[in-house]
Amino acid sequence: MKATKALPICTALLGGCLSVAAAYGAGYTPVTDARLANPEPGNWLMTRGNYQGWSYSSLDQINPGNVKRLVPVWAVSTGVTSGHQAPPLVNNGMMFVSTPSAQVLALDAKTGNVIWRYKRELPEDFSALHNTNRGVALHGDKVYVTGLEPVLIALDAKTGSVVWEAKLEDYHTGYYSTMAPLIVNGKVLVGVSGGEFGVRGFVAAYDAETGAPAWKTYTIPGPGDPGGNTWPSDTWKRGGGATWMTGTYDPDTKLVFWGVGNASPWFGDQRPGDNLYTASTIALDPNTGAIKGHFQYHWNDSWDWDEMNAPIVVDYKMGGKTVKGLLKPARNGYLYWLSRSPSGIGFVHATNYVKQDVFKSIDPNTGRPTYNDANKPGTGKKASFCPSLWGGKDWPFEAYNPKTGMLYIPANENHCGFLDGKVQEYVPGKWWTGVDIPDIGFTVSKDATFFGDVQAWDVSAGAKVWDWKVPKSMMWGSILTTGSGLVFVGGTNDRKFRALDGKSGQVLWEFTTNSGIIAPPVSYTVDGKQYIAVASGWGVDAQFQQGLLSNLLPGWDKSIPEGGVIWAFAVQ
Amino acid sequence: MLGLGVSWSFLDVAAAAPKDPAAARPTPGDRLVFVLGDKKGQVVKVEDLTLEGPQELAYPMDPATKVVRDASRLNQVLLIRLDPAELAPDARANAADGVVAYSAICTHQGCDVSQWKPDTKMLLCVCHGSEYDPRDRAKVTFGPAPRRLAMLPVKTDGGVVIVAGPFKGKVGFMDL
Repeated sequence: MKATKALPICTALLGGCLSVAAAYGAGYTPVTDARLANPEPGNWLMTRGNYQGWSYSSLDQINPGNVKRLVPVWAVSTGVTSGHQAPPLVNNGMMFVSTPSAQVLALDAKTGNVIWRYKRELPEDFSALHNTNRGVALHGDKVYVTGLEPVLIALDAKTGSVVWEAKLEDYHTGYYSTMAPLIVNGKVLVGVSGGEFGVRGFVAAYDAETGAPAWKTYTIPGPGDPGGNTWPSDTWKRGGGATWMTGTYDPDTKLVFWGVGNASPWFGDQRPGDNLYTASTIALDPNTGAIKGHFQYHWNDSWDWDEMNAPIVVDYKMGGKTVKGLLKPARNGYLYWLSRSPSGIGFVHATNYVKQDVFKSIDPNTGRPTYNDANKPGTGKKASFCPSLWGGKDWPFEAYNPKTGMLYIPANENHCGFLDGKVQEYVPGKWWTGVDIPDIGFTVSKDATFFGDVQAWDVSAGAKVWDWKVPKSMMWGSILTTGSGLVFVGGTNDRKFRALDGKSGQVLWEFTTNSGIIAPPVSYTVDGKQYIAVASGWGVDAQFQQGLLSNLLPGWDKSIPEGGVIWAFAVQ
Repeated sequence: MLGLGVSWSFLDVAAAAPKDPAAARPTPGDRLVFVLGDKKGQVVKVEDLTLEGPQELAYPMDPATKVVRDASRLNQVLLIRLDPAELAPDARANAADGVVAYSAICTHQGCDVSQWKPDTKMLLCVCHGSEYDPRDRAKVTFGPAPRRLAMLPVKTDGGVVIVAGPFKGKVGFMDL
């Protein structure tokens, strides 16, 4: 089946756009491994801005003094509804942003003019839990995007035409892909979704130039593999461990850190054991895919607490010493300080950043928790737990500011859930979590004074410095922090995009967009002028949860306006 | 404009008549066979369906060749048995012995409408919680689905559920 089509805008605008594309084609700056390792301040070359995953821009023209004068300078409709979760990437004035269903737009980052648009036609019987896309990756003169089917697609950055495609798996068995690829040493690393459909997760690498497969590492070890004995009988075959968020990379230890999702089915008593490497971070050799180490946040996951977000790579002080470390606000509600070395990941410290009633204790040497058994759901065992399955935070990105040593976490508080498990018949491609939808409970405290919560932590002090609490919304926004000490965040159901003072949490600026923002903001320069860009397009889990909340809390809107728009802002 | 309309109609006809009978849409006379459970692969009878739900998933089957039309998920239907007196007129017109059949493909993002909400007696999509009223032509009652499910007219013969006509309404969802 011919499933792809590149739509040069030239067909709509005739000759005019040809000259635009030609101009960019001539001037396009190839993205090298060296540039990815040291991205220029004026560009945003990968999902979180750098390999370390900081979501930080050192740009400081837009500052706490002038941010009140921040205004939109252009906007582009994507033509798509549903959840927009991709950050725009910028390479020397050319912007690339993906939308749900793996559409990619190439824009002039200064004017918002559309240079090219890539659209993909899905197989007619395809379906996925999330049809979102979390961003593209850049290398050489190519743009990489994962298609839902799941497939990895390389596009010509200058024209949007397809250079190569690599099929990742068969969607009929429940696999799909939404994540932004990671480029390391000339390889494109990708992960998969499908943890609710009984898949066996993996990370795979492809040659960036040719699309030739390089390696594939399963997150669920088989019999005889290290960790294989943490799965009874053949439960590993459908053990979950999806890899649906982009990894981070540490050029020092030369390790890629990748998050691994929930175990499958959701109830631990159907797969007694630790169930490695679910709810873990694995450390991978990017050249071979070999697993060099791991840290499991919680064993025998029974709460759908994916730990799919990779930790960020940060050096911090702890006990008077500098630790080459990793930081991870986990979905399980704890904030982890870890250490990194060529031999793997070590535990340093953890503390809860939201209320959590499952962990009884955490071993100070290993980080392994013990559980309050009453709060661990099982097969035929209904149990409540806090936070709910959406966790202390879901996938939206925290941000680290290296100038101040502050970590900003988009958290959610005052929500709990319950699950009542059963044994479900396995049919390839069908829902296989071990729980029927009506038996997934979501509860909130009606007396709560807030739900969404942007938290600022002093990393080396190990202490929270401030909260920005949101009374009438959950927080689904990724955070951007800048060299001038600003914090940019959307994520609320009032459709606003905000700038907070990174020192105090005070709101300095806000703007009401077309829809709700659940995509990461970025910053870049063109001709020496600083811009902030973000996609606004509400959908997927934020939308689903909002629907549930509208039934629980008076005055909460049932639906938030949908439809994607990319916005660029600058100080006038 | 007329020429354009003719050519599109031609394309529709071509798309609706694939060569693979296992991918062809439900056809009058087809039986329906269970997708899941102890009776997987067996022909659905009225007595197999629990009165007032939950629904059962099924694929159409050509009774002559025994070809099950499961090569496309878009052929997956849900069957539910209700009190005929509860059915809205346009649902009742396509029902038999209280049995109604709808496309099991959610109009939001194409997931299975395989779940049942016992407290409100609504059909429930497994992905994003859209709810449909099986008594009222699968009208959307909650969630992000933009449109009701397509209905598959059925009749019964000797207690066996039989397809009585092609889908009424649009099957599947819109992506880009």
